[in-house]
Amino acid sequence: MTATGELAAIDFVPAPKAGPRAIRLGLVGGAVAVFVSVNGMVEAFSGRLLLGSLALGEALLLSVPLLIGYLAGRPEPVLEGFTARRPGWRNVLAGLVAGLASGVTLALFVVLVASFDIRGVFLNATPELVRDGPRILTFGLELGAGLGLLLGLYVALGGAGGVLQVLPGRFRRAVLTALGWVAGLALMQPAVAQVLRGIQQELRIWTAPLTDFLYDASGALSVPGIATIAAAAFCLQLLASRQHRKPVRTRLEQLPDRSRRILRVAILAAVLLLLGLLPQVIGPFLSEVLNIAGIFLLMALGLNIVVGFAGLLDLGYVAFFAVGAYTTALLTSPQSSVGVGWVFWLAVPFVILAAAVSGLMVGTPVLRMRGDYLAIVTLGFGEIARLLFISDWLKPWFGGAQGIIQVGDISLGPVQIRTPEAFFYVLFVFVLLAAYATYALQDSRIGRAWMAMREDEAVAEAMGVNIVTAKLSAFIVGAVLAGFGGALFATKIGSVFPHSFNVIVSITVLVVIIVGGMASVPGVVLGTLVLVGLPELLREFEEYRFLIYGALLIFMMLKRPEGFIPSGRRAEELHEQEVAQDEWLVAGAPETGATDADRDEPN
Amino acid sequence: MTDTKPLLELRNVSTHYGAIQILRGVDVEIRRGEVVCLLGGNASGKTTMLKTILGYVVPTQGDVVLDGRRITGLPTQRLVGLGVSMVPENRRLFKRMTVRENLELGCYLRQDSGEIAKDFERVFTLFPKVKQRLSQRAGTLSGGEQQMVAMARALMARPKLLLMDEPSMGLAPVLVEQNFDIIREVNQQGTTVFVVEQNARMALSIADRGYVLQTGKIVLADTAERLMSNPRMQEAYLGKL
Repeated sequence: MTATGELAAIDFVPAPKAGPRAIRLGLVGGAVAVFVSVNGMVEAFSGRLLLGSLALGEALLLSVPLLIGYLAGRPEPVLEGFTARRPGWRNVLAGLVAGLASGVTLALFVVLVASFDIRGVFLNATPELVRDGPRILTFGLELGAGLGLLLGLYVALGGAGGVLQVLPGRFRRAVLTALGWVAGLALMQPAVAQVLRGIQQELRIWTAPLTDFLYDASGALSVPGIATIAAAAFCLQLLASRQHRKPVRTRLEQLPDRSRRILRVAILAAVLLLLGLLPQVIGPFLSEVLNIAGIFLLMALGLNIVVGFAGLLDLGYVAFFAVGAYTTALLTSPQSSVGVGWVFWLAVPFVILAAAVSGLMVGTPVLRMRGDYLAIVTLGFGEIARLLFISDWLKPWFGGAQGIIQVGDISLGPVQIRTPEAFFYVLFVFVLLAAYATYALQDSRIGRAWMAMREDEAVAEAMGVNIVTAKLSAFIVGAVLAGFGGALFATKIGSVFPHSFNVIVSITVLVVIIVGGMASVPGVVLGTLVLVGLPELLREFEEYRFLIYGALLIFMMLKRPEGFIPSGRRAEELHEQEVAQDEWLVAGAPETGATDADRDEPN
Repeated sequence: MTDTKPLLELRNVSTHYGAIQILRGVDVEIRRGEVVCLLGGNASGKTTMLKTILGYVVPTQGDVVLDGRRITGLPTQRLVGLGVSMVPENRRLFKRMTVRENLELGCYLRQDSGEIAKDFERVFTLFPKVKQRLSQRAGTLSGGEQQMVAMARALMARPKLLLMDEPSMGLAPVLVEQNFDIIREVNQQGTTVFVVEQNARMALSIADRGYVLQTGKIVLADTAERLMSNPRMQEAYLGKL
């Protein structure tokens, strides 16, 4: 008790907790492996070959122990005042144990499926998994040998995951980068091959040899291909993380003003040129994928304003999408009840008007509602909109379940926009507009008012913020962006049907902005590409789309509630709430007065 | 320094939450240039009175008059334009916004950028610490600093009348004293202050006059000095010394 002020570093190693943790993680991994097997994912994904004869299904199964081993081998956090344990065999052992625990769990499941018919409950637990035909879970071997191989692979991969933790940081990152590139190129084979083909056709750059080098005839990565990619990614990452190397950003900032400006213009020109060539290069299928993603992106940018900026949780957002689509259909289709058959651009002002009015109609009654209540009421509004469009009552206008067909194409002068490639350009302009509007609003007076309102409505009011106009304007801006999305959707599909506008659309858009990063434009863009674009690309995932959304949401809420690319402010907000909740749990937390005094002292 | 013309008047004001009556025919008068405090125990209706002045709650009877103009039931967001700003209970800063953004919201309605710049300077002289913290998120400040920002934010509207709800709440005694010194200084610069407090001794030490509220009624109204020496006050709120 001599020197209370300073804590000498105590040479004390915390009691080992790695063992139970490894087993716990291993069991979680085992549960995941069993789950993806029993719900049919492994089987559904076994059609796509990734590397040689390794199919996506098996790769999914084998990625589990690697990941779990990696997590289990993670060194414990270093506590202040304690000496850190050097990474070593313990980390590898933890990986091995976790891999074993996962393997045993999965092996038990294999035995279960082999011995009993559980298809009465688990439809996808077919004998094909272990007994007849491809026998995916036992790698085509007899049960005994297959189980042995399974356990062996799981332990080995778990250990490999642990080994990654022992590597010095630079090498670990390089290995992970290499793994990521191989996995990405294997998974994205159709897209990559298409892009390479497009480059050859459009830019006359001979890429066919590269394609043949990278991929087998079956579409799997070839062995020399993997080796090259992995080696290249590994070396590049290693070089990039060299010590004493300044990050690109700092180096950019050190450039003289003039060259920085030139560089910025050059980059902008390059990006625009690239985007201009993009649809031609990637071909109609990938352009279509981007178009679908782009329409969702328009909606996501709109909802981002409502939820991210103004903090109004709107679960009926699809209503505005539907209003935009139906307005376009009514005005441009010669078959519709209005039957004027206008060109698309004439309909746009009416789309804006209709969306704004519907924004007002939803916004006005919910002015006094917040949080959960607002979410529930808007959910109801979304359904009401869909039911109105499908109803017999309004059938003379909206065509009921038959919808409206022959929606007009977009025309630019004499050119009709019919191909996905051409449509991409139009969509791109709308998305740019939406992104620009988002940035402009963020820094505007009304943006400030939205943020203040999100943080504390009553106080914002006392500052002179008119809550009514702030809320309604958020609803209107959001509605108009969704209306644009709907208008483009209608003309792209060429018809509108009420069943396109169910609650799942609202949920998807919300998930996109939550996972991507609320109130952050880059986050929303990334979220849309990953959550809407990827499933369109990887058709196998379609069936499991919402399962993956769900898993991703749970993961994000636990590990990264601010989203992939958060806006600085929002991230803090979420973590703060969590800290506030946790603080409450800390026994004997000092009362506010005391903390204030303590914290004020050092100043 | 004190003008006799009332800046704010509550005339026989009653308020209800649902069917329950909170304020029971309250008369309060705040004259230009004064510091007036409102004392009272828990649930006596102190905060409700502020909410009534600010228009969060509409009185069921009586009138609120600001500068000779009836403002009863005027929407809250109009009040700041008329020269009334508030330092809310528990500060209630916009925690995830920076200190600068908080101050900018304080002058949200003002357009006179030159005068705003002057007010920034004035606020920085009053609270030098606030200037150091400008780009920091308000929620990361300590309680004492947050109180300063809350006051600075209210002053950025250049109010005629500053309403303060429990400025001493949750602060260490040293900070409370500092806080009240600043209130006095703000008052000497020409802002009328109406402060709601539980810490009666502290509030009376800077106030010109005080009101005591009990279950929605004004039970005592007098100058601060006389309230200090009033035996009833000593017993109920000041504690015997």
